[in-house]
Amino acid sequence: MVVRENFQLQLEEMKQSIVQISKLAEEALELSVEALKNQDLDKALQIIENDNRINVLEDEINDMAILLIAKQAPVASDLRRIIAAIKISSDIERMADFAVNIAKSTIRIGKQELIKPLEELPKMAHHAIHMLTTATKAYVEEDVALAKQLAELDDFVDETYGKIIKELLELMTKNPEHLSQISQLLFVCRYIERTADHATNIAESIIFLVKGKRYGLND
Amino acid sequence: MDITINKKMVNKSEKEQDFTPVFKINNLNLWYGQDHALKDIKFDIPEKQVTAIIGPSGCGKSTFIKTLNRMVEMVPIVRMSGEIVYRDKNIFQPKYGVEELRTQVGMVFQKPNPFPKSIYENVAYGPRIHGIKNKKVLDEVVEKSLRGAAIWDEVKDRLNENAYGLSGGQQQRLCIARCLAIEPDVILMDEPTSALDPISTLKVEELVQELKKDYSIVIVTHNMQQAARISDRTAFFLNGEVVEYTDTSTLFSNPSDKRTEDYITGRFG
Repeated sequence: MVVRENFQLQLEEMKQSIVQISKLAEEALELSVEALKNQDLDKALQIIENDNRINVLEDEINDMAILLIAKQAPVASDLRRIIAAIKISSDIERMADFAVNIAKSTIRIGKQELIKPLEELPKMAHHAIHMLTTATKAYVEEDVALAKQLAELDDFVDETYGKIIKELLELMTKNPEHLSQISQLLFVCRYIERTADHATNIAESIIFLVKGKRYGLND
Repeated sequence: MDITINKKMVNKSEKEQDFTPVFKINNLNLWYGQDHALKDIKFDIPEKQVTAIIGPSGCGKSTFIKTLNRMVEMVPIVRMSGEIVYRDKNIFQPKYGVEELRTQVGMVFQKPNPFPKSIYENVAYGPRIHGIKNKKVLDEVVEKSLRGAAIWDEVKDRLNENAYGLSGGQQQRLCIARCLAIEPDVILMDEPTSALDPISTLKVEELVQELKKDYSIVIVTHNMQQAARISDRTAFFLNGEVVEYTDTSTLFSNPSDKRTEDYITGRFG
């Protein structure tokens, strides 16, 4: 006999919603990098418009969690699962906000010629997006080992971040007339670095969910 | 990169046993005829804390709590081995006085069982058989006990009315007051709220929180949320064994045994 079948189904539904919000955030981030690279302002506007879907979905996940806590009095791993869902959805929503921020920077840069072709920055962005994909996979499979790998992936992002920032600052002193564009690129760089940090937050939530213990992966 | 573990969050259960025990149970076994009802029970019950005993029906939790004041001996086919040390004395020693034990270790039952007497007499009964005759002293004991059981305000104007006229929740608190009147050290509660409505239940739960300042409390409950709300430590019994015994926060947030997890999350069976 499966006891609490209905509750189990609702937990599963919540999990699927997390997968869904993660896919949407991934898409938004991918699009934002594309838009930046190709200076595609229409695409950038599209990302800003689409963000509302992600915000709504986060609210829905929170509502589900609140109702499950109120009605099912969850304990132990059930409770951790719900708390993790609240935290993870909030991390993902924040990541999607960074996609919006990147889109806004893209719009600010506009059609003016880029000071140099973007190579490292999109690479770093794809790496951060890959981290979100990995985090989601680790969440679905409750794979602690995979979650822990995110700490290493984040190290790579942090290194690249330092390199790009240095390069951009140099460009800034040499080309003060491009100050505005370079500062937007600095912002974008920061958004991507923060995106990766949220992926490691997700990894921490996964470990908490599975093990009931806290690990700091962002230190 | 080093993965740092946040030390203060890890393995809370490792710092167990930083309490003064009121009961020490050592290798307690109990049989009803051929039926091995308690198997090698071994744990300590802390002083002035609430210890909850949870587990499915027939797991031995009521049997266990009744060994603590030797009430279980009233069942003729019972056999026991092992020891229960209460305040440094083994209660199974032949010369141990069972009346003395039950004065120290009071009990409240599942169904409120007031005597068919007045509210006042219900509470005064115990002190009276312990030799208190002075009316003024008895009055004081009755008031103190009824206040202690958080029922004084509801009954102070009707002390001479029959206790059967009280609601179920009030009757149960009266039984707690009756228990307090003989100034016990430990209070055993066997499903004290299972016959009560939700508000009366919460009142009794509040009362338990108050009482633990002065008494050590052991409570058997089917209501896991109740155990989570009011107890400091929880023992999970299954088939006559203690599967897990730890601080309540750990047991309900991150139990170490899969069977505990399955039981408290309702996935049992």
